[in-house]
Amino acid sequence: MTTPSRMDPGGVPVFSVSEAELAGLAGKLAHRAEDECLLEVAYRIVDSPVGRLLLAATERGLVRVAFEQEGFDGVLSGLAGRLGPRILHAPWKLDQAAAELDEYFAGRRRQFGVPLDFVLSHGFRLSVQQRLPDIGYGRTMSYRQVAELLDRPGAVRAVGTACATNPLPVIVPCHRVLRSDGSLGGYLGGLEAKATLLALEDRAVAA
Amino acid sequence: MDARGGARPHVLSPGGDYGVMTMMQPFDLAVRTHGATVLRVCRAVLGPGPDADDAWQETFLAALRSWPDLDTVTNLEAWLVRVAGRKAIDVLRARGRHPVPVEELPDTAVPPTSEFDGHAALWTAVAALPERQRLAIAYHYLGGLRHTETAELIGSTPEAVRRAAADGLKSLRGSYDGQARQGDEEMRTTS
Repeated sequence: MTTPSRMDPGGVPVFSVSEAELAGLAGKLAHRAEDECLLEVAYRIVDSPVGRLLLAATERGLVRVAFEQEGFDGVLSGLAGRLGPRILHAPWKLDQAAAELDEYFAGRRRQFGVPLDFVLSHGFRLSVQQRLPDIGYGRTMSYRQVAELLDRPGAVRAVGTACATNPLPVIVPCHRVLRSDGSLGGYLGGLEAKATLLALEDRAVAA
Repeated sequence: MDARGGARPHVLSPGGDYGVMTMMQPFDLAVRTHGATVLRVCRAVLGPGPDADDAWQETFLAALRSWPDLDTVTNLEAWLVRVAGRKAIDVLRARGRHPVPVEELPDTAVPPTSEFDGHAALWTAVAALPERQRLAIAYHYLGGLRHTETAELIGSTPEAVRRAAADGLKSLRGSYDGQARQGDEEMRTTS
C-alpha cells in the first residue's frame, strides 16, 4: 500500500512512499525519543479474542488497556491530555504486557505480573480497582460484595463507576464483577467481551 | 497474538485533516499525518536513501523536543516542511554543492521491492534536476509551501522560485515520461 501525495501537479506522477518505509522511520524515531527521554507514553496494538486492544505504558508501568470500540485515536488524545503529548508507537516497551495477555487468552495465565501505573485513577475508584485482583481467576463477585469487601456497603453505585472507569480492563479484572442477580451488568468493552472473558476463565478452571 | 501477526494492521492510519494541532495532540498523530509529506520533501532534495532518512529523523526529533511549545503553530505541516528543508539544505551544503550523481544514489537503503522499483525512475529524475528546481519542487509541490516561503528558505525571490518550479516540472514531465511511461501507468493504477 502507498500513500498518495496530496498534490499531483499536472502531468507529474504521484510521489508515493510506502507505509512500510514510514513505519520503519517512525520506529527508529521512537527509539531515539526513548534514548533522549522524550517518550512520555508508549503504545502498541495487539489482537485478542475480544478484538484489538491498545496497550499504553509510562516509565512506571502499564497505564491503559483500551478496547477498539472506545476509539483508539480518542484514547490516545485523552492520554496526551492527562499524561503528556509525547506519545509514540513503541511496541517493544509493551513486550511483557503483550506476552502476559497472550498467555491469559490462551488459558495459561491466571495472574498478571506486569508493573501497573494507576496514575489515571484516584480516591475510592482507585481503592476499588486495586482490590479487584483479589477476586480470583474464574470467580465472580457482585457489585454489592465488592462494596462490602471495602467496608463501604452503601457504595454499590460507586463500585459500579469504579469498574466502568477501570483504565486497565482484563488485567484488572472488573469483568469478574456482576449484578447481584448474576446478570452481567455493564462493560467498557461490551457485554460480549465480558461474557467471552468469563467463559474463557470458566473453561480454563474446568480443564 | 504477536503485534505483527494478525491480518489487521497494528498501527493506526493517518489522521484526517489535522493541519492545526494543539499541544495536547499525541505526537504520534503528527508522525502519521505528516510523515509521508516530510519524507517526500527530504527525498526530493537529497534523493532516496540514508541522507533523506536522517533529515526526516532530525525533523521529527526537533518537533518532538519543541512539541509542547508548538501549540501556537497554526500550520504544523508547513512548520515541519520548513525544518525538513533547513536540515536537507544543511546536508546539501555539506556535500559541497556537488549535485548528487545519479549512479551513486544509494538504492540499497530502501528494500528492493517491486513497489519501490516502480518509483525509482521518478526519484532518479528528480535527483537529476538542477538544485534550484529540485528545491522549488520539493518545498512547493511536495511540501505545500508558498513560493514566497520557499524563496525565503532557499535564499531566492518568489519569481525565481516560481520559474524554477515550472522549469523543473517541465523537465520532469519530459524525462520521466520518456524513461518510465510504463511505470507511470502502473503507479497510477496501484496508488
